[in-house]
Amino acid sequence: MAQKKKVTATVVSQKEIAEQIYDLWLETDLAKDAKPGQFVAVYPQDASTLLPRPISICEADKEKGRLRLVYRIAGKGTKEFSSYQSGDKVSVLGVLGNGFPLEKAEGKKVFLMGGGIGIPPMLQLAKELNAQKQIVVGYRNQDLFLREDLSRNGEVYVATEDGSVGSKGNVMDAIFENDLQADVIMACGPMPMLRAIKKYAEENGIEAYISLEERMACGVGACLGCVCKTKEVDHHSHVNNARICTDGPVFEAKEVDI
Amino acid sequence: MNTKVTIAGVTFKNPVMTASGTFGSGMEYGEFVDLNKLGAVVAKGVANVPWPGNQTPRVAEVYGGMLNAIGLQNPGIDVFAKRDIPFLKKYDTKIIVNVCGKTVEDYLEVVERLGDEPVDMLEINVSCPNVKEGAIAFGQKADCLYDITSQIKKKAKQPIIMKLSPNVTDITEMAKAAEAAGADALSMINTLTGMKIDINRRKFVLANKTGGMSGPAIKPVAVRMVYQAAQAVKIPIIGMGGIATADDAIEFLLAGATAVAVGAMNFVNPYATVEVVEGIEAYMKKYGVEDINELIGAVEA
Repeated sequence: MAQKKKVTATVVSQKEIAEQIYDLWLETDLAKDAKPGQFVAVYPQDASTLLPRPISICEADKEKGRLRLVYRIAGKGTKEFSSYQSGDKVSVLGVLGNGFPLEKAEGKKVFLMGGGIGIPPMLQLAKELNAQKQIVVGYRNQDLFLREDLSRNGEVYVATEDGSVGSKGNVMDAIFENDLQADVIMACGPMPMLRAIKKYAEENGIEAYISLEERMACGVGACLGCVCKTKEVDHHSHVNNARICTDGPVFEAKEVDI
Repeated sequence: MNTKVTIAGVTFKNPVMTASGTFGSGMEYGEFVDLNKLGAVVAKGVANVPWPGNQTPRVAEVYGGMLNAIGLQNPGIDVFAKRDIPFLKKYDTKIIVNVCGKTVEDYLEVVERLGDEPVDMLEINVSCPNVKEGAIAFGQKADCLYDITSQIKKKAKQPIIMKLSPNVTDITEMAKAAEAAGADALSMINTLTGMKIDINRRKFVLANKTGGMSGPAIKPVAVRMVYQAAQAVKIPIIGMGGIATADDAIEFLLAGATAVAVGAMNFVNPYATVEVVEGIEAYMKKYGVEDINELIGAVEA
């Protein structure tokens, strides 16, 4: 695994692609080590907001050395990020976490499932995964951010909460309505969605890998802030807790108690 | 130029340490900094048996700082002795183990277990605000602190540092009780008990409701308490609380601390510890300070 480091990245471009959702391209050599499902931690400049903000990697252009981060404004830190313009400098810690295990899905029939702000990491995953890809994404409304990019990398199925596009409901509704099947699931999204996927995967004997989130401080496995309950005693903690930032964020669904 | 300081017969190459709980056992930050450059690594609190810690969310940001309520999750002394101590032994730095417990017996068990291990000092955590029993109960009443300190001192083979809580009315009373009971040194301050409420959800942000506040926002409180304690006792003090830079560290030394520890700011700047070491040397050069010990308690009225 590539060494983690804190670097100064340069903003290449930024635009709002849906309400409160921003699409930020950064120039940084962290891009060359990035794997689908990993994340970076971005530091606000305002010293009153000290902690780095964990943000998933949406796309990594290894040749140009660029990372694409698609994030939602969730508070003061991300609000500050949304004001960044091309040429601005930003401190980034990365690359963090373990990413999706591509080898588990290679050549198989796979669901790539993203819900809301859990959709962005599905893009780099779709780009790198060599498999029969069914990309199932859930949005609030017709603001279908990243759908175009995703559709260039697999078959896309949409669900919207308000029913304005695709299946009305969530990603599970889209699967049932389109009568889709898969051997492996890779997913990122809100906890209720991940719980539903875990249950579906267990009932149908499907391997599922889910990306979790939790409030983090250090991002590197030292503070033990972002733990999740695990079925087995974790190798590092020796209790039933794994560190989402370091042992995750991607876990096999059956290994975690969510 | 001398940057060495000595606490209870243990000499540190420089006064910069890590604050317990913010640096694991050094493995995670060893990727960012050369642990050989640090005066000491103070490891995360360890108990006699594994502790699962609190529910999440365990951390929250506050203005200029953070709250944590990890609840002293730790793998227990057996794993610690087998894995973490040998890891730290590979480096040319002093090893300080932070000891926690729910009962006096728990503390004694860990202290005795560490007696034959190659660790330089023990830091006794009687001030964690995030566990329901033990811990802080021993650190907020002078007679309880006196009692546990003297019991540990009887069993400990290494010098002991009592880590004091700032959540008390009079820090000097606590410092004096620890000293009178035989403590070799004090470390201070542990975190200040705080709370954050999410007004949109009308819920506590932390699962534990309260958490310990750390970060630059608490530094003035920490400097004041170190100064007061240094005036009240003769034993050395390891000062901490919001140290981000060498300037912050020097403030603590001038207030009377013999050594300093970098805590929450490791999360903000993973290179902070080594930057503090280098910055202290630069300060000494700038002001022609030959020996760092000249700075300890050198604040003038």
